[in-house]
Amino acid sequence: MNNSVGNTARLIGAGLRALLVLTVICGVLYPLAVTGIAQAVFNDEANGSEFRDESGRVVGSSLIGQRYDLPKQNPDDPEEAAGPDLRWFQPRPSNGLGSNSVNTRYSLILSGATNRSADNGAVNGRCTDDAEEGTLCAQVVAAKEAVIADNSTAGHQVRPEDVPADAVTSSGSGLDPNISPEYAELQVHRVAERNGLAVDQVDKLVADHTQGRTLGFMGEPRVNVLELNTALKALSEN
Amino acid sequence: MSSVTAGVLQLLALIAALALVHRPLGDHMARVYSSDRHYRPEKWIYRAIGANPSAEMRWPAYLRAVLAFSAVSVLFLYLLQRVQGSLPGSLGFVSIDPDQAFNTAASFVANTNWQSYYGEQAMGHVVQTGGLAVQNFVSAAVGMAVAVALVRGFARSRTGELGNFWADLVRGTVRILLPIAVIGAIVLVACGVIQNFAGIHEVGQFVNQHGMGGTQQWNGGAVASQEVIKELGTNGGGYFNANSAHPFENPTPFSNLFEIFLILVIPFALTRTFGRMVGNLRQGYAILATMGVIWLGFTALMMWTEFAHPGPAFDVAGGAMEGKETRFGIAGSSLFAVATTLTSTGAVNSFHSSYTGFGGGITMLGMQLGEIAPGGVGSGLYGMLIMAVIAVFIAGLMVGRTPEYLGKKIGTREIKLAACYILVTPALVLCFTAAAMALPTPAGSMTNTGAHGFSEILYAYTSGANNNGSAFAGLNADTQWFNSTIGIAMLLGRFLPMVFVLALAGSLAEQKPVPETAGTLRTDKPLYAGLLVGTIVIITGLTYFPALALGPLAEGLAA
Repeated sequence: MNNSVGNTARLIGAGLRALLVLTVICGVLYPLAVTGIAQAVFNDEANGSEFRDESGRVVGSSLIGQRYDLPKQNPDDPEEAAGPDLRWFQPRPSNGLGSNSVNTRYSLILSGATNRSADNGAVNGRCTDDAEEGTLCAQVVAAKEAVIADNSTAGHQVRPEDVPADAVTSSGSGLDPNISPEYAELQVHRVAERNGLAVDQVDKLVADHTQGRTLGFMGEPRVNVLELNTALKALSEN
Repeated sequence: MSSVTAGVLQLLALIAALALVHRPLGDHMARVYSSDRHYRPEKWIYRAIGANPSAEMRWPAYLRAVLAFSAVSVLFLYLLQRVQGSLPGSLGFVSIDPDQAFNTAASFVANTNWQSYYGEQAMGHVVQTGGLAVQNFVSAAVGMAVAVALVRGFARSRTGELGNFWADLVRGTVRILLPIAVIGAIVLVACGVIQNFAGIHEVGQFVNQHGMGGTQQWNGGAVASQEVIKELGTNGGGYFNANSAHPFENPTPFSNLFEIFLILVIPFALTRTFGRMVGNLRQGYAILATMGVIWLGFTALMMWTEFAHPGPAFDVAGGAMEGKETRFGIAGSSLFAVATTLTSTGAVNSFHSSYTGFGGGITMLGMQLGEIAPGGVGSGLYGMLIMAVIAVFIAGLMVGRTPEYLGKKIGTREIKLAACYILVTPALVLCFTAAAMALPTPAGSMTNTGAHGFSEILYAYTSGANNNGSAFAGLNADTQWFNSTIGIAMLLGRFLPMVFVLALAGSLAEQKPVPETAGTLRTDKPLYAGLLVGTIVIITGLTYFPALALGPLAEGLAA
């Protein structure tokens, strides 16, 4: 019996020493070496791909989405949701729902998705205006109505079938920096009107900031909203 | 180009990349585990451990070493989280509560990486790099070691000796995982994955027409070095809560494809290692073909349902983009979801809970197959070899011959061990799910209602017991009930099957080989690969069908 206790202790000791040695290799030396190389060779990327406007001021990261909102009526009220500033291109919704899931609203301090199912809030298998507040059905229906209303201008009526899926759904991270080219084009008339620019000018801006698939087949075409709005601001100020 | 075409091209590119490295990596791993040479730095490590790397172990000794190392790992990781509040480099985060610290320690040691915490709000630099990321390496190396021990059981005769666990552990870590991780981490940084030790800091935001601009709070972190091993070691625990959907973990379509490649590369290449070590490459190809057929089938089904997007909310939205990133789209998300659930990875680049009903079901079924197509590093190979044993047994029953596999008789003892192996995870999944549904409180953690709410709980135990780690993440799993039961499911789901695998390996290694005759079932032919696919699907299908019918099938059929 004593012998087997001794054997077990020896084995545990060997396990502990193995773990400590491997912790030094994989948990200290390896990350430090990678950090050293990364900081030396890819300094910009390793530190978050900061994006600067014309004046050289850091205005965020090319990789992280932001909100473009009007000032709140009462800045001290945490309950009040700020309305979108329709002068700027708007990103995808980011409305984490409910107490269980994450309410990111493009804040990096907590990333995450709504985790709502496709039938969340559906009545008799359909999403309608009557969907219970806070459900995915309610979010999608309301977002669709808002996108149509916001983007229809005097000479340009948005039809429901023109609204792409990314305009009314939240992303996985809640930090999606991109929108689809379709959603960007949908916003062109509104943005042109609000900034006093010609539609052609804004159209060209969107085209210039539309990124195709990598090597022609990887991922999806997309528009970076921060880069687009930064360019829009420069254009409207000149 | 349509999104579907682009998706198919991404799949083809992935297959091409995997095919390109299959031989060199598979052969390299065979040499690593067969070589008699110890490199000088490795000798220092063995001296520090106090182990003789050349001493052969029989299966009980090998198992004891696996369990001792893993038990120490759980304890160490638990204590590290419990004292986090007093450690430097913790970004001001407090110590983790006991139930959550146990759950997380069990999770990372069991190669599961189920996370009931929010990464960016709970874990500082020390726990992330010195605790969690270390287990990403060594839990993967333990899986490969056990798989190699089983392969040696088939390859060796009249000995019972299965190699040395410490040598297999150290070599798997420093000769296989570490070199790929260093290169992969640099590639990811080049794409935009962050790699720094900054604290939480403020960064300026867009300045509007009124000259008003807010700030964002950024977390620093050694993300790239952890991201790469999280995929390569089929671990899956994200640095951030959004996991590989977070732009700082997975910034571009290329990094996305690269991460899927990392998930699949070792499990597929291990079939070559297997063929090499048993001295018959064709046997490895038969296993590879079986894995490949299931993986392609699942990928095709997933793409089909996600592009077709049945479901009330998607009917209105016009596409299944909820929980998916614009840069990956439907195709890049579907590819990732299938790869992560057919292996034991559980990293996500899109949120499975918001997939279509059938899409969510496909992710669940992938795990329920036992994660063997191609499966986790090591665990995929040994899980598939257990199914291979069962398939020859069934074939043997049909023709009334004693079944053989790779020249070894599959007798009473062998088939009992294989049967025990395949019963462990379904028993854990179904019993814990039933208990959670029967008790009054666990259901309060659900975010969604109806069939999908049930799916959240079924998914949680499926993921835990199969060591996957992904979730229908609406479930609030940070409760004492879920932290404890999922923690237990992860440990039992990882180490109980290993007991049966190593016992089987020992029993096979003691046998003398049976000469091949005209009546021997050829296990290197397409007919056998087909039989194997059928065995896997039927055994799993019958086990889980009633539970799946209540969850994803009910949801999918209603859509």
